[in-house]
Amino acid sequence: MTRELASIWVYLATSPLLWLTVTLLAYQAALWLYRRARQSALANPVAVAVALIIALLLATGTAYETYFAGAQFVHFLLGPATVALAVPLYAQWPRLKRNARAVLAALFCGSLTAIVSAVAIARLLGASEATQWSLAPKSVTTPIAMGIAEKIGGLPSLTAVLVVTTGILGAMIAPALFRRIGVRSEAGRGLALGLAAHGIGTARAFQSSETTGAFAALAMGLNGLLTALVLPLLAGRLPG
Amino acid sequence: MLGALTVLLLFQLAGEVLMQLLGWPVPGPVMGMALLFVFLLLRGEAPASLRQSAQGLLQHLSLLFVPAGAGVMLHFARLGEEWLAIVLALLVSTALALLVTALVFRALATDDEN
Repeated sequence: MTRELASIWVYLATSPLLWLTVTLLAYQAALWLYRRARQSALANPVAVAVALIIALLLATGTAYETYFAGAQFVHFLLGPATVALAVPLYAQWPRLKRNARAVLAALFCGSLTAIVSAVAIARLLGASEATQWSLAPKSVTTPIAMGIAEKIGGLPSLTAVLVVTTGILGAMIAPALFRRIGVRSEAGRGLALGLAAHGIGTARAFQSSETTGAFAALAMGLNGLLTALVLPLLAGRLPG
Repeated sequence: MLGALTVLLLFQLAGEVLMQLLGWPVPGPVMGMALLFVFLLLRGEAPASLRQSAQGLLQHLSLLFVPAGAGVMLHFARLGEEWLAIVLALLVSTALALLVTALVFRALATDDEN
């Protein structure tokens, strides 16, 4: 019996089916916990799902590469989901146009703040150069950030992790921060969430309202473009 | 649903091809988003099936970050050595970016509730 179970495990552990199913189960469990915790920021579903999966991978001695062979089907959907952001963006177009000047100024200032403060703080605290450059594009959505990191001397796979962590942190701290400084507007909250915390911030913004989500999607897209263009130039000029 | 998914993939594909041709550092999906946005502007409305599919996909956007997030296990050693610098850089910089973006927008927005 045990041997049969073991051979079934050996078969399943290398098939994409198992790890794809595990990813969906872990996320559903994390969502359940998030609702039970009355949507407390501390029970962020991405963080909880990632923790559950890593615990399982470590307990079963499974390599991340084996896991990703299955989970890549979920990862792949990031592409079409990014394209789909055009739809809420289009729905909010009249409102965006009315505030174009404010939106662009906020994006420009926010984007520079996100880049420069991350590198400066890491440098002050003595982080290695590879870590500093991996941190620089942390507020940008994963595929863009990885491309940029490679270009400026960071480690793309580390950047992916830092990006996801940034998204989780941003989604966690944003509601309290907005309350504290009295930012009530859906547009302002959405812009800040999408700019600082990319797709995870945008997912959080859509939970608040369609408008908040649309502004987040806009900020995420434009910050991605802006950072991809500005950071390689900036990296060449900063003293190494 | 099927039609809408095909549309999304087609725009992503168009975005990838265009970026390869232009050699810009922008990923295909982001360009695909820009192309679909322009297409909707020209068309003058978003079809209901596309709206529904987009909403369905975006509702679970955070799920899509889980596989990349689990990659943190590859970097435990580096994180162990530099965790303080990394955590502080992420936390403070993310808070600053949120603040600056929200406050600059509030100072300049014309028709907002604030």
